[in-house]
Amino acid sequence: MSQSGAVSENPYALPATDLQKLFDSLTQRGYQIIAPTVLDDAIVYEPVESVNELPAGVTDEQRAAVYRIKRRSDKAMFRWAVGPRSWKHYLYPPHQRLWEARRNGGSGFDVVAEPEEPPVYAFVGVRPCDLAAIAIQDRVFLSEQYRDENYGRRREKALLIAVNCSHPAGNCFCASTGTGPHAQTGYDLALTEVLDSKQHYFVIELGTERGAEVLEGVPVQPASPEQCEAAQRVLENAARQITKRMDTTDLKELMYRHLDSPHWDDVAKRCLTCSNCTMVCPTCFCHTVEDVTNLQGTVAERWRKWDSCFHIDFSYIHGSPVRVSESSRYRQWITHKLASWQDQFGVLGCVGCGRCITWCPVGIDITDEVNALRRSEESKAALTSPKEESHANP
Amino acid sequence: MVPRPFRVQQIRHETHDTFTLELEPAKGSEVFLFKAGQFNMLYVFGVGEIPISISSDPTNPRVLMHTTREVGVVTKAMGKLRRGDVIGVRGPYGSPWPVEQADGSDVVIVAGGIGLAPLRSALYQMLAHRQRYEKIVLLYGTRTPNDILYRRELQRWRAQFDLEVHITVDRAMSGWRGNVGVVTSLIPRAPFDARNAVALVCGPEIMMRFTVLELQRRGVPPSNIYISMERNMKCGVGVCGHCQFGPCFVCRDGPVFRYDTVQHLFERREI
Amino acid sequence: MRTLETVLAEHPFFQGLEKRHLEVITGCASNATFDEGQFIFREGEEANHFYLIRQGRVALEVHAGGVGTITIQTLDAGDILGWSWLVPPYRWHFDARAVEPTRAIVLDGECLRRKCEDDHDLGYELLKRFAEIITQRLQATRLQLLDVYATRG
Repeated sequence: MSQSGAVSENPYALPATDLQKLFDSLTQRGYQIIAPTVLDDAIVYEPVESVNELPAGVTDEQRAAVYRIKRRSDKAMFRWAVGPRSWKHYLYPPHQRLWEARRNGGSGFDVVAEPEEPPVYAFVGVRPCDLAAIAIQDRVFLSEQYRDENYGRRREKALLIAVNCSHPAGNCFCASTGTGPHAQTGYDLALTEVLDSKQHYFVIELGTERGAEVLEGVPVQPASPEQCEAAQRVLENAARQITKRMDTTDLKELMYRHLDSPHWDDVAKRCLTCSNCTMVCPTCFCHTVEDVTNLQGTVAERWRKWDSCFHIDFSYIHGSPVRVSESSRYRQWITHKLASWQDQFGVLGCVGCGRCITWCPVGIDITDEVNALRRSEESKAALTSPKEESHANP
Repeated sequence: MVPRPFRVQQIRHETHDTFTLELEPAKGSEVFLFKAGQFNMLYVFGVGEIPISISSDPTNPRVLMHTTREVGVVTKAMGKLRRGDVIGVRGPYGSPWPVEQADGSDVVIVAGGIGLAPLRSALYQMLAHRQRYEKIVLLYGTRTPNDILYRRELQRWRAQFDLEVHITVDRAMSGWRGNVGVVTSLIPRAPFDARNAVALVCGPEIMMRFTVLELQRRGVPPSNIYISMERNMKCGVGVCGHCQFGPCFVCRDGPVFRYDTVQHLFERREI
Repeated sequence: MRTLETVLAEHPFFQGLEKRHLEVITGCASNATFDEGQFIFREGEEANHFYLIRQGRVALEVHAGGVGTITIQTLDAGDILGWSWLVPPYRWHFDARAVEPTRAIVLDGECLRRKCEDDHDLGYELLKRFAEIITQRLQATRLQLLDVYATRG
């Protein structure tokens, strides 16, 4: 699937000054808007009401273990790359009650599934990589074998308004995973922000009926061919800015060939097993559960909490964990992400968003580790081939 | 995904640290069908939930039994339950023993310690249809004679002509007249036809590793050996990620695996 | 009545042995029975025999002071009992006691040691067979040491 394809047919255009009208339309329809905003020196997705809360004129700089927000010279609202938070915070919250049990007199109890209705979300500013991540979590939580209601109830009502990527950061490699920088599917509306010296507007592509519905009453005009071209240039420009690559050819087999690689010990010397990568990853889904009671012991609740395969007790059975060494825990994470995920869910578990690289305190780069495995095979091949030659030419 | 209430009908102490819970549906729950080798998530009010394999007869689903060892917070709380207390049950989950596929073959069951619990279900089912199988052999190893589960039943089975039961313990004082030695030492001379046998193995992972080696040495093909894996589990339905064993979710794709399908993982460390 | 030679020839332990070697071994063999509870040999005694158990069960025991007498291993019909006759100082390290009425073929170790010195081919054939048994027992002992059913944590 090409990710730099042309803007779809019959797009609309909306002046940036009228974006609030789209927000108003969402609010009127009962959506809770979650959109990017600056919080604690990072661009994160938070409940907002006004476009004034968007990170206009703010961008970021990202490298391995580095994230910094910076002022821009213009008022662009969406010229930044994904921050530490992802949309899973809302669809699959870090701490979520699953059910409640109450003592019913004697020794029995009744269990009631979580009664609270989750908000109906409108996500504004979903990057194409994150759209792909949501589609991946859909496969995890809404599979044929099992449907997770707590996820399903949030996910099905959520409206996804994508904003195509115009500012890939140093750690982005969505071109390699085929997930960006141009949203292809999975959105209700997809916006491309165009800003030049004269104009500031959005080109809007329709994804679904629901998307079209929220545009009712919003002063959109059919986009002119010039506007479409301008949007196209933004996307092409973004695609050119992505320099990081991860070769996905034969990736599953590569990872499986290296289960016993000494390279994992090398990563383990750097890895702090802090689990940051799994917390910021938009597809990581592992969780644990916690049972709590009130002081009287009459009401008990089951909560689920994000967990991480980097935690030592993650694999604990009968007094000891299965994966004790740091190397085995890193291997588990990366092999799951890039190989066994494909066996489990039919897709790569990585969308190339680069968060795990940015937020790793020691700057471990998933693409570098894959490259290291490939290099180890090349050097092995180089070591063996001269020998074969020497046999051939005695 | 929410636990259904079941009432403790009986709690039977099997050994100094193991017990069997017999459960019946409480108000709001119903009897459910299960297969030998499957497990339930058992919830003790306010304490926690853990996976425990079913150890009763699948052909009589009205009686639901779980045998477990008091090792963690939840099993210790379970050990304190009394007749009439209510616990939560989710399940049944996981893959069963290949009881039907073993039709017409010899069946050799190798159990270690508490690993006999899920295999008892398979034994019940096979004994209920005894004529379908050739020889049935149970090889059972425990730590000491005091750790032998289901003593009475084993004695009864031992007296039966259509079932071979061999028990061995890792250590014993001189009063013990039975076998002393690891369970693998029973394999070389156990009476079964290795080329036409299905082996069901459950016990600590390391015991299963040595057992599988010994079964193969005896000539049982890896595709006829089944093992029951154990991993940390929180959900039972393949979403919490804890029980991953390579690409497999032990809760959903296991716990019973045909050995040749997981051999490459089984032989690796810290997978 | 099956002769000693047939019994030995049919035993897996002697499988594949040349007839001349089998004859030598038969010359060193005799039948024995042990009552329940009877010691077959005791720790510290001179080790001049080994046994091919034909029926019954034998426990290898060690007396461990205040702990009492511990059974290390049991051997059943078909098993070979004893290899201390093969290696100096030719003394038993454990007690062997019949826990059931037991029938065995006793092989005279002193006699076999001499024959093996005279005929290294025979010596090699015997050592090869004992090496296999010793290896199996060592592996089983290692697994036993792992105490795989112990509660941890």
